[in-house]
Amino acid sequence: MIRFLVLSLGLILATPVVAAVEIEEVETQGGLTAWLVEDHTLPFAVIDIRFRGGTSLDDPDARGAVHLMTGLLEEGAGDRDSQAFARELESLAASLSFDASDDAVSISARFLTENRDQVMALLRDVLHAPRYDQDALDRVRGQVLSSLRSDATDPDAIAGETLGAMIYGDHPYGSGGEGTIDSVSALTRDDMLAAHDAVFARDRLYVGAVGDITAEDLGVILDDLLGDLPDTGAPIPDPVDPVFQGGEIVVPFDTPQSVALFAQPGIDRDDPDFFAAYVMNHMLGGGGFESRLMDEVRKKRGLTYGIYSYLVPKDLASVYFGSVASANDRIAETVSVVRDEWAQAATDGFTEDEVAAAKTYLTGAYPLRFDGNARIASIMVGMQMDDLPIDYIATRNDQVNAVTVEDVNRVARELLDPEQLQFVVVGQPQGLGEASN
Amino acid sequence: MLISRAAALVAMLCAPPVLAQTMADAVTEFELDNGMQVIVVEDHRAPVVQHMVWYRAGSADEPAGSSGIAHFLEHLMFKGTDTLESGELSSTVAANGGRDNAFTSYDYTAYFQRVAADRLGLMMQMEADRMRNLRMTEDEILSERNVILEERNQRVDNNPRGLFNEQLNAAQYLNHRYGVPIIGWRHEMETLDREAAIEFYDRHYAPNNAVLVVSGDVTPDEVLALAREHYGPIPANPDITERVRPQEPPQNAERRVIYRDARVAQPYVARSYLAPERNSGDQDKAAALFLLSDVLGSGPTAYLKQVLEYDQKVATYVGAFYSGVSLDQTSFDLVIVPAEGVSLEDAEAALDAAIASFIETGVDPEQLDRIKMQLRASQIYALDNVDGIANLYGRALTSGLTVEDIEAWPELLQTVTGEDIVEAARSVLVPETSVTGWLMQDKEVTQ
Repeated sequence: MIRFLVLSLGLILATPVVAAVEIEEVETQGGLTAWLVEDHTLPFAVIDIRFRGGTSLDDPDARGAVHLMTGLLEEGAGDRDSQAFARELESLAASLSFDASDDAVSISARFLTENRDQVMALLRDVLHAPRYDQDALDRVRGQVLSSLRSDATDPDAIAGETLGAMIYGDHPYGSGGEGTIDSVSALTRDDMLAAHDAVFARDRLYVGAVGDITAEDLGVILDDLLGDLPDTGAPIPDPVDPVFQGGEIVVPFDTPQSVALFAQPGIDRDDPDFFAAYVMNHMLGGGGFESRLMDEVRKKRGLTYGIYSYLVPKDLASVYFGSVASANDRIAETVSVVRDEWAQAATDGFTEDEVAAAKTYLTGAYPLRFDGNARIASIMVGMQMDDLPIDYIATRNDQVNAVTVEDVNRVARELLDPEQLQFVVVGQPQGLGEASN
Repeated sequence: MLISRAAALVAMLCAPPVLAQTMADAVTEFELDNGMQVIVVEDHRAPVVQHMVWYRAGSADEPAGSSGIAHFLEHLMFKGTDTLESGELSSTVAANGGRDNAFTSYDYTAYFQRVAADRLGLMMQMEADRMRNLRMTEDEILSERNVILEERNQRVDNNPRGLFNEQLNAAQYLNHRYGVPIIGWRHEMETLDREAAIEFYDRHYAPNNAVLVVSGDVTPDEVLALAREHYGPIPANPDITERVRPQEPPQNAERRVIYRDARVAQPYVARSYLAPERNSGDQDKAAALFLLSDVLGSGPTAYLKQVLEYDQKVATYVGAFYSGVSLDQTSFDLVIVPAEGVSLEDAEAALDAAIASFIETGVDPEQLDRIKMQLRASQIYALDNVDGIANLYGRALTSGLTVEDIEAWPELLQTVTGEDIVEAARSVLVPETSVTGWLMQDKEVTQ
């Protein structure tokens, strides 16, 4: 866990607490790099390992393979079938979790110090001696298909799928990484082995460790665990330029509340204006109760339970998303209010006071994120994947504070684009655009 | 403000970041003169604090006909007071770099803020203010009522599983308010007004009906001083009485609920049984039930998963759930999602057969050892998250349990035997108190 320093205790109400996470870069003998926060307060540690690529590495003819492969990682390894593997993990009171997203496959291991070697031996077999037994494959495939069937009648999932296909087209981002009923039904054991080889390689590997472990021990563990992986895996696809037509697309679906997603071009994480955009989004729709969208749509008009907007800079495209849901007879008003707010923010910008309040919140809330070993490990891996410097945590609030109202309003003018702002509405909305097929 | 800041600084500089070795070590309990219970959970690793006030009032304490009023009031608590504008509490928390929210359940309503530790006094000042001085206008009431109706749309009406669960609960409880949804029945929500909100507020919101739970970088002495300053002056409400709700009559007929909806893509079977809850000084049976739910449904080696997912392959998913933290009688729940090509009828029969064979065979002692080992380890992992410990105390203390009960629980779980678990299954998993639900696809799919 980290320690914080209070740098200033002035009488100004909003003196920010500054996070001083002591991250150490560990170079292993075998040439791997990891970030470590060593803290022996509690007798356990968390190691987070991320492989860049994720479900976007799927062979187009085997969509869903990386996702299913990831789901099978806990279904046995080496000489243990899935039951034997689970029994061993339970008796060690450890957890291994595996996850696949558009951009990465993640492994998170949490273990008591006394059981560290045995847990690492298990994880080593997961990576180097996978089984992909046919009965496990069929069982987990059944779970994925069940979830895909549920998505087919879930308004949120329908909206996400429709919007993704519209803006990303044939790019992997344009379809769900879980695959389709047809593609998943056709996956074979060979597809699992191919996906394994596509994903796990040294040239795309990021590691964060937190807790009761020394740099020396971590180095030895990582060399043993990851040193023998191949140098490279499947090529990462090219970036995609998302296309936004603007307007509203309605997907008819018989349900009382319409679900709306909206999207327009976003901003890259390494863009010099990213922080200005981040502060701007906080005021527009990112700041929960305090955002303009929440104020106008929920507080003033009672049109929704919640409305949010998010900057989503992914590896291969950056999009600015939002989501809201209103009863079928009220969603048209919601869409119209969002469009008005979008246009007004672009034209008139934000006030000095709003920007000051947003910066106070964002800088004050930042240290609250580092609340636990697993959380810190995950943040550290994310920082590495975003190519941020190791001292980023100490300087991040300065970057937020450096944003001026002029920056925010210039970025609002340049970024916010009411013309391109595309809505997908799933439900039976009254008084909204034409239906798609 | 200045004094508490200085105290915080001194505490931070002097106290090494030592952490308690058990949950109980981290926790201090005391009571204010006006009857407000106070719990402090210490963790000095980061200068952050979570401040929560839990009221011993939830949806099961509502008057008949006003379902949803406990939750509606929770929303209205973010409107103004005599000295705070509407929304000012949240914006003040945000302006101090903090986050706030609230939640409502059957047995409690809780409000919380997470913020830098030196802002604790300000949080208490505002929370104490709205315990007494809530004000709201007619316009705000109408607008916020639309918000909770949209919340109901989102959580329940737009989701066949939400609607199905409401019907199952209503069938499980013949007389108790646990059968009424926390968010409320729509037709009653539509009639909720200022008068009903104020009545619930006046009846239940008082220091002697609340628990203050502060976790993070604070010392018990600091919390006590601040709590005396901010909550101390609020008089106790002498009309607060013990919570006595209508209880269940004997349940002697198994019930079936069939819910059809065109939006259902994945049918499944849900089964619940009326079950005893954890009671103060009497948690043995609940401990056995807690382990029963682990033995049957937690993790890949659980009995039902082995039999129904791995061996017979009739289920895509099977689970067992029991929490036990509840003021009145609760339920033990099972769910089975049939594998493709398996009917709900066959899945239900396989589930019943598996339960019967479990009671016949008994508990695998190695599995029980593994579960107990995991429970012991979870006590260590829990120390990494003091806000989680704070939640656990808040929930238990508003559900009829004491600090002693909470602290006895982990050890109690370690003493449960395989025989205790089978006996719990035999006595609780009986048809007479059960509800079996089928969530089915409507024959006519209109899309």
